Amino acid sequence: MGAGHNGLVAACYLARAGLKVMVLERNSYIGGAAVSRKLYEDFTYSNCSYVCSLLRPEIIRALELPKFGLQIIPYEGGCTFMQGGGHLALYDNHDALRREISRHSKRDAESYDRYSRDVMRQCKFIKPLLMRTPPDPTSFKPRDIQELLYLGKHFHALGEQRMYDTLRFWTMSAADFLDEYFESEIVKAHFAGSSIIGTALGPRSPGTAYVLLHHYMGDIDDTVGAWGFARGGMGSISNALGASFQASGGTIRSTAPVAKILVKSGRTTGVQLEDGEEICAPLVISNLDVRRTFLETMSADDLPDEFITQVKNFKIRGSSGKLNIALDALPSFPAIPVGAPCIRGDMHVTDTLEMMERAYDDWKDGRWSRSPYIDMLIPSQIDPTMVPDGKHYMSVFVQYCPYELAEGAWTADKRQAFGNTVINTIAEHSPNFKDLILHAEIRTPWDIENEVGLTEGNIFQGELTMDQLLFNRPIPGFAQYRAPVKGMYMCGSSTHPGGGVMGAPGANAAREVLRDLGKT
Amino acid sequence: MLSQTSVPHFQQPLLKTPFHERARALSQVDSFVAWSGYTTVDVFTTVEQEYFAIRNAATLYDLTPMVKYRIAGIDAIAYLNHLVTRDVTKLKPNRVMYCVWCNDAGHLIDDGTLFRLGSNEYRLCTADRQIDWLLASAIGFEVQITEVTDEIAALALQGPTSYAVLKALGLTDIGKLKPFELDSFLLTGVPVTISRTAFTGDLGYELWVSPDAALGVWDNLMAAGRSRGIRAVGSKALNIARLEAGFISPHVDFISAEHTVRVGTERSPLELGLGWLVDFDKGHFTGRRALLAEKVRGPKRQLVGLEIVGNKPAHNALLYSDVKGRALIGNVTSATWSPTLKRNIALAMIDAPYFSTGISLWAEIYLNRELQWQRRMSRAEVVLRPFYAPQRRRATPPADF
Repeated sequence: MGAGHNGLVAACYLARAGLKVMVLERNSYIGGAAVSRKLYEDFTYSNCSYVCSLLRPEIIRALELPKFGLQIIPYEGGCTFMQGGGHLALYDNHDALRREISRHSKRDAESYDRYSRDVMRQCKFIKPLLMRTPPDPTSFKPRDIQELLYLGKHFHALGEQRMYDTLRFWTMSAADFLDEYFESEIVKAHFAGSSIIGTALGPRSPGTAYVLLHHYMGDIDDTVGAWGFARGGMGSISNALGASFQASGGTIRSTAPVAKILVKSGRTTGVQLEDGEEICAPLVISNLDVRRTFLETMSADDLPDEFITQVKNFKIRGSSGKLNIALDALPSFPAIPVGAPCIRGDMHVTDTLEMMERAYDDWKDGRWSRSPYIDMLIPSQIDPTMVPDGKHYMSVFVQYCPYELAEGAWTADKRQAFGNTVINTIAEHSPNFKDLILHAEIRTPWDIENEVGLTEGNIFQGELTMDQLLFNRPIPGFAQYRAPVKGMYMCGSSTHPGGGVMGAPGANAAREVLRDLGKT
Repeated sequence: MLSQTSVPHFQQPLLKTPFHERARALSQVDSFVAWSGYTTVDVFTTVEQEYFAIRNAATLYDLTPMVKYRIAGIDAIAYLNHLVTRDVTKLKPNRVMYCVWCNDAGHLIDDGTLFRLGSNEYRLCTADRQIDWLLASAIGFEVQITEVTDEIAALALQGPTSYAVLKALGLTDIGKLKPFELDSFLLTGVPVTISRTAFTGDLGYELWVSPDAALGVWDNLMAAGRSRGIRAVGSKALNIARLEAGFISPHVDFISAEHTVRVGTERSPLELGLGWLVDFDKGHFTGRRALLAEKVRGPKRQLVGLEIVGNKPAHNALLYSDVKGRALIGNVTSATWSPTLKRNIALAMIDAPYFSTGISLWAEIYLNRELQWQRRMSRAEVVLRPFYAPQRRRATPPADF
C-alpha cells in the first residue's frame, strides 16, 4: 500500500525472496515524496524531497539500483547569507573551510574539528542501528534480549564520556548543543538548519539536537554527512526501485487508491480499493504513515482501543512547505564572491538562532513564518538532465508553514501569499531573482498531505523526537513493523529509524515479514 | 604580513610562506604538499641528496607553517604549568623546552616546543592549530593567547656545517649558544632570533625573523653556505632524519585526542614513551590524575624503536609475536631505511608486554616485486631510541664540520 520509496524498497526485497507482490499507489505516478515531475515545459522538479544522503548503500547494492538507472552525485558546500550582506560558506577542502569560518570566528574555525569529531562519534554509534529492528525492552524473547545486549554492548563501546554525550545529544536542543562548540551566530545558525528541517520544533526546543544528528547519519561514498543529488531528481530513486521491483516479477498498480484494509477474525484478508474492487492477500504492508494507516484505512473495530488512542497521540505535525521554481537563468547572489562553488550547494538566509526561533514562533501562532528558514538549492547547476540548456531549476524547502492557519483554511490566495513571502525572502539576497521566475509550484503542508498522502504533510511521517524513536517508534510495543492485526505490517518512515529517504524502514519491515514466513 | 595573491581561499586554499619564491625557484620536481594551511616542498631534487646534506653539510628547511602562539601575561607561567605536563617553572628565559599536553583523561592533545622569550612571555610552537583548546584551558588565568604563525617566518638551518655558515655571516657569539638555548642576533643588519633546536637529532639552528626580512635571510644563508654544501631540503628528507633521531611525528605516530573518533586510538604520553616529560611532583596539571593512575597500572601499549631484518622499510606493517602471524601485538607507525646507520628502522606501537627492549617479534611486510606482490614475515627487535645521536649535536662551541 503506497509506492513511496519505503514501500518500493520493502516490495523489492519481498519480490526477490520469491513472494508474489503487488504495490498499490493512489497517484498516477509512483514515488510518494521521492518524485520527479514535469509541471512546466521541459523542467523536471524534485517535487517533495530534494537531496539525498541517507539512502542506505546496502539497499542500493542489494536491489541493484545503479543497474536500474540510479546515480547519486555529491554536491559541495552550501552557504548562509547574512542579513546585512556577507555570507558564510562551507567548502570540502579543510584549509579553505578553516579560512572561511575564521572570517567570522577564528576559534570557531578550529572548534569545528571538535564538532565534526563529536558528530562523527554519534553517527558511528547510530549508523549500525539503522538497518536493525529495534528490540523490545520489555520482552524476554531470546531475540529481544540478544538485540538489547547488542545495543548495550554497542553503547558501552562508545566509552564513558561519549555514553554521557549520547544521552545528552538525543535529548538536548540544537541551540544548547551548538553553544558547546561555537561562538559565532552565523556559524551556529548555519549548522542549526538541519535541526529544524521537517520538525515542528524550534532550535531552542529540546530534542532538536537529535534531528541535527539525523541529517548527518548518511554518507556518500564514505564521506559521512555528505549530501547529493539523485541524477534526474529524487524520482529517479523511486523509478529505479520500481524498475528493480518489476524486474523481480512484481506488479505496480497506479491510480489504485486503497479505501480499506480488510480484516477477518483478527487477520487481514486484503484490501478494498475506492472503486470497490477487492484484492485478496494474506499479507498487507502499509507504506502510509501510522495515522493514515490505522485511522483512515482501517475500521476501529479491528484494532485495540488503546492502540488507537496511541496512534491518535502520535506526533505528526505539518511544519514545512516547498517551492519548486523554473528559472530563465541562474540568479545572481551578490553576497557570494564570483566563482565560489558554494552556490552549487544548499543556501540559506537565516543568520541567527534568534531569527530561526522567531520563525518558529510564527508557526505556533498559526501562520507561516514571516522570515522563514529556507533550504534552497539549484540542482540544475550539477544535474544536466533537469532543465533545458541555460535554464535552471530551484528547489526551496521552507520551514515553518502550518498545516492549519489560525485565520482559517488554506485558500489559493493564501497559498500564493505564502509563496510570495518565500520569493520576497530570496529576492532580498538576489536582485534579479523575481525577473527570472518562469513558473513556481507552491506547496503548503495541506497540499503535501493531499497530493502525497503524508498526514499534515509531515516529511518524516512523524516527529523525530526521543519519545518517538527506536523502540517507541511509532507506538511503544509495535516498533517491530508488525501491526496489531495478523498479516499486517508497517514499512513507512513512521517506523524505525524514521524519515529522510533512507529506505531502512522498508528494508527492515521486509526482513520481519520474511522472518514470519520462515524465509530468512 | 605575508604577501599573498588576491586569489580567494575557495580557489586556492593554501597560503604561500615568505620563502615560497625561493622554494619555487629551487624546486626541480615540482613536488609541493599541504602543511597546516601552507604549500610547502616535500622534495626539491632527490630525497637521498637532500638527506645527506642534513647529515653531511648544511640545509635550509622552511618551518613557517609550524603553528605559533604568543602566550603572555602575569599568569603565563601558571597557565602553562597547568597546561603542559612538564614543570614550566624550570624553564629559564632564553631557553626552549619540548613538552606535551593532555586532556583530563591523560590523552595527548599535541606536542610542541615552548620558547621563553621574556619573564612573562612565551612562544608555543605546535603541529596543529588549537586555539580552541588553549583558550578553554585559560579560564581563570590572566593570560593573552594569540596565534602569530603568519607574523613570523621560520627557517631551520640544520647540519654539521650550520655553525660554520652562521659564523661566516659574522655571528661570532653563536658558538656560545647551547642546545635548547635561544638569543637575538643581527644577521647582516637584520634582527633574527636564533634557537639551537633541531628536528634532525643533529647540530642545527632555527631562525625566527620578520616575514619582510625572510628572503634576505634565505639569500644570505645560501650565499654564506655555498662553500659548506648548503641546499634546501623538503619534508621527505627531514622525515628520515627525524626517524633516525627517534622523534615522533603528529598524524603519523599519534593522533591528537581532539581528533580521534574511535575509542582506544587516543594516546597518552606514557604510551608514546614520553614519560620523562611528565612531572608528577610539580602540582596539578591537566590529565595528572589519569596519568598517575596509568603509571601505577602500567601502560597498555608503548611506542618503541624497532630494527627489522632485511632492507625493505616496514611501512604500516602489522606486528606479531609469532612467525605464523596468529597473535597480533601492534603495528609500525613510521618506517625508513637509515642511510647513515645502514639499518632498517621503525617506530611501532606495541601492546604490553611485548614492548620491552630486546624482545624479538615479527613484522608482516608486503614487497612489490615488479608488480608481483609478496608477503614476508621479517624478524624485528625492540631497540632503544634514538637510533642515531652524533656527539656533535651537543658540542658547545660546535665544530666547523
